[in-house]
Amino acid sequence: MSELPGDLLYTNDHEWLRRESDGSVTVGITEHAANALGDLVYVELPEVGQDVDAGGEMAVVESVKAASDVYAPVAGTVRAVNDELADDPEKINADPYGDGWIVCIDPSEFDEGELMTPDAYQELLDDLDD
Amino acid sequence: MGSKTPLYDKHVEAGARIVDFGGWDMPLHYGSQKEEHFAVRERAGVFDVSHMTIVDLAGDRVREFLRKLVANDVAKLENYGKALYTCMLNEDGGVIDDLIIYFVGDTDYRLVVNAATREKDLAWIRKQAEAFGVTVTERAELAMIAVQGPKARELAAPCIDAAHRDAALALKPFSGLFAGDWFVARTGYTGEDGWEIVLPAAAAPATWDRLLAAGVAPCGLGARDTLRLEAAMNLYGSDMDETISPLEAGLAWTVAWEPADRDFIGRAPLEALRGRADKRRFVGLLLEDKGVLRNHMKVVVDGVGEGEITSGGFSPTIGRSIALARVPAGDYDRAQVEVRGKLLNARIVKTPFVRNGQVRIDV
Repeated sequence: MSELPGDLLYTNDHEWLRRESDGSVTVGITEHAANALGDLVYVELPEVGQDVDAGGEMAVVESVKAASDVYAPVAGTVRAVNDELADDPEKINADPYGDGWIVCIDPSEFDEGELMTPDAYQELLDDLDD
Repeated sequence: MGSKTPLYDKHVEAGARIVDFGGWDMPLHYGSQKEEHFAVRERAGVFDVSHMTIVDLAGDRVREFLRKLVANDVAKLENYGKALYTCMLNEDGGVIDDLIIYFVGDTDYRLVVNAATREKDLAWIRKQAEAFGVTVTERAELAMIAVQGPKARELAAPCIDAAHRDAALALKPFSGLFAGDWFVARTGYTGEDGWEIVLPAAAAPATWDRLLAAGVAPCGLGARDTLRLEAAMNLYGSDMDETISPLEAGLAWTVAWEPADRDFIGRAPLEALRGRADKRRFVGLLLEDKGVLRNHMKVVVDGVGEGEITSGGFSPTIGRSIALARVPAGDYDRAQVEVRGKLLNARIVKTPFVRNGQVRIDV
């Protein structure tokens, strides 16, 4: 597996997030999560304008094999969703940290304490391999 | 750590993601389940099915025994090598397992039963066999591979002993033959043409290598499941079990009612259910809304009642979600499925969904 992007933060549930310069937060699932799910076939997205709770269900990604919830890493309001995933959910497999982004949130608060640095997330992945 | 087939090292070598399947360490996929699915629909793929249980039966009264043991009738098997798909029922008419029976000689039959049901199957068969003096021999030393797809037989033929190759290529669907110490049958679980090959464990790795070198794609359990679902082939434990009659699992066609005096195990409860108007239907569903149907989701038929999805998933060939479901009796062709609290629209369709590479339903 390729190296983790260093400019992102990560969660225990294998989401990544990026703080954009305008204060919004872009969220996706990590390459590890995408690989574990396998070929994605469907993504259920939230409505733009919907409020989300930190740790609350926000989207669902489904592969040929299984469905998996995507949790909001921060509380806030959905600013945008990646509509292109409706027709091409495999963008998440192909480019999980880029074109495969899922939701963009305007956070109401930002608690970095609950989130992991790339090094901490890498450690989590290494533990999973053992 | 589970049991390993003779091909386990080959799976690891090919980059398989290994999962536990009924106590066996088996390949789920080798990278992309979808690509493996399409390899079988469009060309050829090979599955390791060595975890399945092969049982040889022998004895002067073996035919009489099988006519008692299973719901289909081995008397239909007139020529050596012919295969029969059937359910083995308990006294209540529930399905202990589904299996294939090959007629290999006047006093010899070969059964292939599921891996997950191995112990209870063997115990049941041995118990019933006693009264008939039939010997029951498990052939755990044999490996089994399934080569499936429109090009499968052509690509696999060079692996067959030359003396038997033409005869193997001339096999009709649902029949098999011994090719030396191999057994080759034109059967499968994908809805495509192909062979299932039983061979000595020692010969399996080299045969696997040869098939891969010929361009046959290694395929895992994931693709096996989406292929069999598209072909509307039942999976034991999902679509039927010991509490379900074959008549409510879409398997009425495997029950041989004639001759009426053949007293197979489970016949009486099946006869009782046969004429009942409230017998549940077993149907194919095509999801019209976006989403993916999964096992155990609730099916709602407005004004009629509720049922359950027994096998659901995404069909790579159709590009939509499909399912097999057990639903209430009645004359209707639409249903809804509860997916995460929402009711999505589905249409009842005639199965199979896909056969021989072609979509067989109106999408």
